[in-house]
Amino acid sequence: MTTRMRSFNEVLLSVENISLSFGGVKALTDISFDIAKGEIRAIIGPNGAGKSSMLNCINGFYHPQQGAITYKGVRRSQMKPHEAAEQGIARTFQNIALFRGMSTLDNIMTGRNLRMKTGLFWQALHIGPAQREEIENRKVVERIIDFLEIQHIRKAPVGQLPYGLQKRVELGRALAAEPELLLLDEPMAGMNIEEKQDMCRFILDVNDEFGTTICLIEHDMGVVMDISDRVVVLDYGRKIGDGVPDEVRSNEAVVAAYLGVSH
Amino acid sequence: MLGPFLETLIGGLLTGVLYSLVALGFVLIFKASGVFNFAQGAMVLFAALTIARLSGEIDGKEVHLANFVVAAAILGVAVAFIGWYAWREYVARGAGPGERRKLQMLAAAGALVGGIAAYSYGKGAWPIWLAIAATAAIMGLLAYAIERLVLRHLVNQEGIILFMATLGIAYFLDGFGQTLWGSDIYKINLGLPKDPLFLFEGVFPGGLLVDPGELVAAAIAAGLVVVLAIFFQKTRVGRALRAVADDHAAAQSVGIPLNTIWLIVWTVSGLVALAAGLIWGAKLGVQFSISLIALKALPVLILGGFTSVPGAIVGGLIIGAGEKLSEVFLAPILVKQFDLAGGGIENWFAYMLALVFLLFRPQGLFGERIIERV
Repeated sequence: MTTRMRSFNEVLLSVENISLSFGGVKALTDISFDIAKGEIRAIIGPNGAGKSSMLNCINGFYHPQQGAITYKGVRRSQMKPHEAAEQGIARTFQNIALFRGMSTLDNIMTGRNLRMKTGLFWQALHIGPAQREEIENRKVVERIIDFLEIQHIRKAPVGQLPYGLQKRVELGRALAAEPELLLLDEPMAGMNIEEKQDMCRFILDVNDEFGTTICLIEHDMGVVMDISDRVVVLDYGRKIGDGVPDEVRSNEAVVAAYLGVSH
Repeated sequence: MLGPFLETLIGGLLTGVLYSLVALGFVLIFKASGVFNFAQGAMVLFAALTIARLSGEIDGKEVHLANFVVAAAILGVAVAFIGWYAWREYVARGAGPGERRKLQMLAAAGALVGGIAAYSYGKGAWPIWLAIAATAAIMGLLAYAIERLVLRHLVNQEGIILFMATLGIAYFLDGFGQTLWGSDIYKINLGLPKDPLFLFEGVFPGGLLVDPGELVAAAIAAGLVVVLAIFFQKTRVGRALRAVADDHAAAQSVGIPLNTIWLIVWTVSGLVALAAGLIWGAKLGVQFSISLIALKALPVLILGGFTSVPGAIVGGLIIGAGEKLSEVFLAPILVKQFDLAGGGIENWFAYMLALVFLLFRPQGLFGERIIERV
């Protein structure tokens, strides 16, 4: 198994002492870690460890009761999801959240939403600047479709596509926003080996070619150890490990959380 | 035989256009929020009442001066709202070109209100175009209030809860319209030609009798439909609206602000309600029963599909034409063959047709068929 050794020095996002609870249930307790610009950062942990809650805090779906998140040098205790999107944070979801009634093309075009600016007036008439803008953005979307090798399903309604392809369309929609930070919630869940390999290749290509910083949640340990630069481990809402894959693999608390402890 | 048949058909189709307009308002909100907006009929009534009272004819008498004061006060509140919003934005972000434009818009709105008030005192009743413009502003304000006070607090709730909220809004609007404008029967005078047209006199003996007012109504509806269809299918905001309908969380994650989208969609459906109210009011007079038209839009929606703009139009036309034709041609047959009384077909025909559709094509003519994976 080869582990990639790269070094990063600029911090893109840092999470400071985040605590989140729903009623009496503590989802996250005093979590701190950072994501460096350009790296692939994985969050792992057993089911119910709070991984998705962590992503939801970063992109503004959840507002933690304590702690703050510093992104690109700006420190906030909370922000709204569309503000996070405006700041260059895009994401995919654990249970695919595509716009089922729309085609692949329209779904990915929706990802261009923030890159398009013409006013309501021109859009209602669909002439002039609105039409030019539509054409320009369509070109970007076609490049993404080529990149993800989904030309053959461009016009297909996404609700009817197989699971693996839906995941790919969802990645396409997130990429369309040209994000600086891409959050992937279990991008390979429910895929067969071939589909997983394709998805790994896309994630690495996105990171290499566009320099996009990626934070991903994944259960497949082989995949996580292969592609990520650093790994955070959560268990019962607490951080129990943080470091490069080799360190995490030999961390006793992590091994215990995954395999159980003998008493 | 062909002459009367075509005449009935055309009359039915023109009524159908009005059903389509009401149904269109439903479709817009359903597409963008997955909510069946029970208040659409009430919005039509409210818009019609407002236009009628502002344009000033009650049983032929001009409206009393006090009403202008009421109207000016309402518009004043509208401007205050815009001003408050602009100020808030200004404080939140510091002045930029966008803020300057908002403040300019505010000044323009203030000037408009002042102008309208001055005009009213000098002239008496408002001209119809001014009444329509003011009503459009009021419908926009109404949309803002609904978003701000009701919908914003119900994000990510079940569809049935949003439906109950619209039920509440419907009864509030019905009542509030009467509180504000009274419950008499009003007329809207659009100044349309009243004399019936006789078309194709060469082809049919006596020609075909057509009401020119209804032709104008059909033209307005057709225009609205074309613009809305393009808007929904081909533009960024249209895509955003559909995205919000499909998945709130995913829409937010690509940077679509739910609140703004809801404001846009309620405003647009408010304007569609205005068009419908205007035409119904001009045709039949403004009265409480207008809000019950909402119920006629239900079979139209089932026929056309809840999510389809063209479906609302075609559904409306089929229902309109179907009920007129059945009344004129089916009723005599029932009377003759089965010795029935034969009346009232117009009342149940639409619902029977909808029932048949529910059995054989539940997604409607143009609706999306969602195939769920299990």
